[in-house]
Amino acid sequence: MPSHDVLIIGAGLAGQRAAVAAADAGVSVAILSKVHPVRSHSVAAAGGINAAVSVTDDWRSHAYDTVKGADFLGDQDAIEVMCSEAPAEVMHLEHIGVTFHRNDSGELDLRAFGGASVKRTAYVADITGQAILHVLYEQLMKYHETVDRYEEWFTTSLIIDEEGACVGCVARNIRTGSMETFTAKNVILASGGAGQCFKPTTNALICTADGIAQAYDVGAPLMDMEMIQYHPTTLVENGFLITEGARGEGAHLLNSDGDRFMEKYAPNKMELASRDVVSRAEQTEINEGRGVGEDKSGIYLDITVVPKKRVHEALREIVNIGKDFAGVDITKEPILIRPGQHYIMGGVKTDINGATPIDGLYAAGEVACVSVHGGNRLGANSLLDTLIFGRRAGEHAAQRAKGMAMPEVGEAQARQDEQKIAEIIARPREGRRISEIKDELGTVMNQYVAVYREEDGLQKAHEVVRRLKEEAKTAYVDDRGTVFNQDVLGAIELGYMLDAAECTVVGAIERKESRGAQYRVDFPDRNDEDFMQHINTTKNGGDAPTITYTPVTVTQWQPEVRKY
Amino acid sequence: MADTRKPSQDFTLRIRRYDPESGQPPFWDEHTINLEPHRSVLEGILQAKGKYDGSIGIRCSCKAAICGSCGVRVNGKPGLACHTHLSAALKSSGEDGVIEVEPMGNMPIIKDLIVDMDAVHWKKIQRVTPWLLAQDPLPEREHIVDREAMVDVTQSMACIQCGACVSDCLSMEVDPLFIGPAALAKAYRFVGDPRDVQQFERLKDLAEDPHGMYDCTHCFKCIEACPKGVAPMNQIMRLRRRAGGDHHINDRNNGYNHEHAFVKNIRKNGLLHENDLLADSFGGKFNPAAGLFLAKSLPVITRALIRGKATLKVALLHPHKADDHVKRIFDTVEGREERVDLNLYITGYDEDDKNGAANEPVVVGAGDDGQASPSAPGANAKGAS
Repeated sequence: MPSHDVLIIGAGLAGQRAAVAAADAGVSVAILSKVHPVRSHSVAAAGGINAAVSVTDDWRSHAYDTVKGADFLGDQDAIEVMCSEAPAEVMHLEHIGVTFHRNDSGELDLRAFGGASVKRTAYVADITGQAILHVLYEQLMKYHETVDRYEEWFTTSLIIDEEGACVGCVARNIRTGSMETFTAKNVILASGGAGQCFKPTTNALICTADGIAQAYDVGAPLMDMEMIQYHPTTLVENGFLITEGARGEGAHLLNSDGDRFMEKYAPNKMELASRDVVSRAEQTEINEGRGVGEDKSGIYLDITVVPKKRVHEALREIVNIGKDFAGVDITKEPILIRPGQHYIMGGVKTDINGATPIDGLYAAGEVACVSVHGGNRLGANSLLDTLIFGRRAGEHAAQRAKGMAMPEVGEAQARQDEQKIAEIIARPREGRRISEIKDELGTVMNQYVAVYREEDGLQKAHEVVRRLKEEAKTAYVDDRGTVFNQDVLGAIELGYMLDAAECTVVGAIERKESRGAQYRVDFPDRNDEDFMQHINTTKNGGDAPTITYTPVTVTQWQPEVRKY
Repeated sequence: MADTRKPSQDFTLRIRRYDPESGQPPFWDEHTINLEPHRSVLEGILQAKGKYDGSIGIRCSCKAAICGSCGVRVNGKPGLACHTHLSAALKSSGEDGVIEVEPMGNMPIIKDLIVDMDAVHWKKIQRVTPWLLAQDPLPEREHIVDREAMVDVTQSMACIQCGACVSDCLSMEVDPLFIGPAALAKAYRFVGDPRDVQQFERLKDLAEDPHGMYDCTHCFKCIEACPKGVAPMNQIMRLRRRAGGDHHINDRNNGYNHEHAFVKNIRKNGLLHENDLLADSFGGKFNPAAGLFLAKSLPVITRALIRGKATLKVALLHPHKADDHVKRIFDTVEGREERVDLNLYITGYDEDDKNGAANEPVVVGAGDDGQASPSAPGANAKGAS
């Protein structure tokens, strides 16, 4: 039975950064992921990473932009930690080999990004996430003697001891189908977001809320789950992401009249207002009949105004995406985009060290909610979030491990999970297909829990989610094998997604105001008196999750009217 | 804007299946799916998996050619399933119009379309010391490096480790120990990175390994296969150039000296003077190595003379001399201040505009090879210059 001081579940940026940090602290580390680490969804982050590295910049400016971007729902102590530690983290990345773009003096070049008051986004063309992820994996290969890698292992549950502390997990070796108990003094969840609850989404197929639901299942509170980010520029064609870097480089948004409509909504920042503002503006244009394209459901993103050489150098990936997936040469004509589900600000509630209220259980990255993003995440703050809180969680967990004995864990839970999987495989072919339920979930969430929300729609969505939860219990799978049985894992993932989706819907119903990504047509104003608070959802075994409130931590920035 | 929307239609996929638990050999499995032609082969497979048979095994995640999971062969050509459009796959299919999807080559198959990348690909990556060896102590802030140098290594950094190049590497097929295109491209990512302080050691290691960088036979398969324009073969050639040119590392195949003898030969003669070429490749007529190689080559030379492919007079005297034309080309190239070694990330498409190719609305993935066009068309020509 593998046992480690620190066990990390998920191997994207947060997980890999945590692994390296914990190993540096001298404890035994394992990192476990259902996909090979470089397939993690961090790879898709395009635009860059924010840090006040310029001598003319100040981390407090970054922090204020983040607080404002979050529509005053972010915890300011956490935001201060993230922004003040950002420059050192970016320098660390540079030192271990990230090929950041340079300016003419050979220093890090910085590009403009949404919601930022100055240029502070370091980048590698438009493959920043990929470049950082692959460089971190280079480090894991370098650390091959001190970090055990379990690649293509699927976690089925977290193990909680009698005192209520997390002491490991049960996981299935996808290649062999065998179940294994992993004992650990500390577990760090770094398994990413929940984008697959929506259809379409910019998120990869693996973003199925695994860690969110696993933590929820053992009683950890989920926070800000209603805060779902719709990215302003996703391809109408198939929901693919077009990086905010495009607007950072100067691209325009145009409606059917050919107007740069952002003038009306954010006269100062225009296309570079925060994402919730831009997405809402686009949706308003579309709803009022000024959309473009087939059934007028899109908006033009005009990149032709960016110098061509710059496009090829700095936006190469979207040249390819435009060409390969939309049939458009973005250097010559505008491309059809619309808002699309992109990120979940909420997640497992943690403190500034990544610790959840459950002893020994940490969370970092998109699975977690510290909360630094509050109601709306700024572009290029997600990579930063993963690295800062991944590292802090790794360091903190390592310190905690040093004073403890290795927990004793039996095999009972592994046998239980094995039994559950056998039961799924044995289900008669009478229920619905997994893929059908998943499609219905995604479509309903995207219809009612999107840019604009209102009570009736949210209630409808909740009804559907609850029905789907029932139907999922009898959904059948085709694959009866043990080697790479992706089918049965899909059934488990569906359960994870339904839990997360329910918390999102319940949170959205509870928040009767408009703030950040949550816009309630029936409550169009921000209501600081009642709702400058986090909404937590906790599992209680009953029909719907228990709801509690946590006040927002304010250090130096009082809420004010938010204008861009 | 280009309207690529066409109504959905039926496509038949013939998928190579293998169930290691069944004790049965691999077999072909057919499914008819219904999608718009510009959707990807991956979406087709996922439809078959979702609707008809959940047991079809394929790794996939991002669907957007960035995670590198879904490397397969479509109609015999390696690439990403998500980056190959159904319309293009149909075009490159056989007479029966069925799209064939198989697992990648050069790696053991685990199940259906899933191959064991750890056993081959990742082992080779680990072989090239794949992490930056920076100076110690580190600078307080970032390393100050040339802007173009960073953009340059970004081409090999763009590799998503999908294994498509490994799948069809001919040298690896013959010599499974060959380090291979992906790992050598990874090596260039450090050798080309001005922050790395062990470039000489890296190059020497790759040069001395009998399965190292001189094992590549320039077959271009990896350049064709790469969905990200990394052009691994070009990175291998750049490794060799740096080894021979910058670090004077001995080339196992004498390729570096041969290349220089070639250039010298053409500068002087305009047309190739075989006799001089051989000698010059080995350090001149009086170098013992040249004599040795000449002796070894005698049977070939004799056969060529007997078959009339060469005459003694031409071989020895070579009356042709380089004219002004040739001299002008040499003057132009050598007159440049810097070595021309830039990749597409730096040069962009701008030079392509003259032929107008980039102006045409791109029919998605309509390349004849059944692949969406590689991300950096022309990378081969430019990177290798």
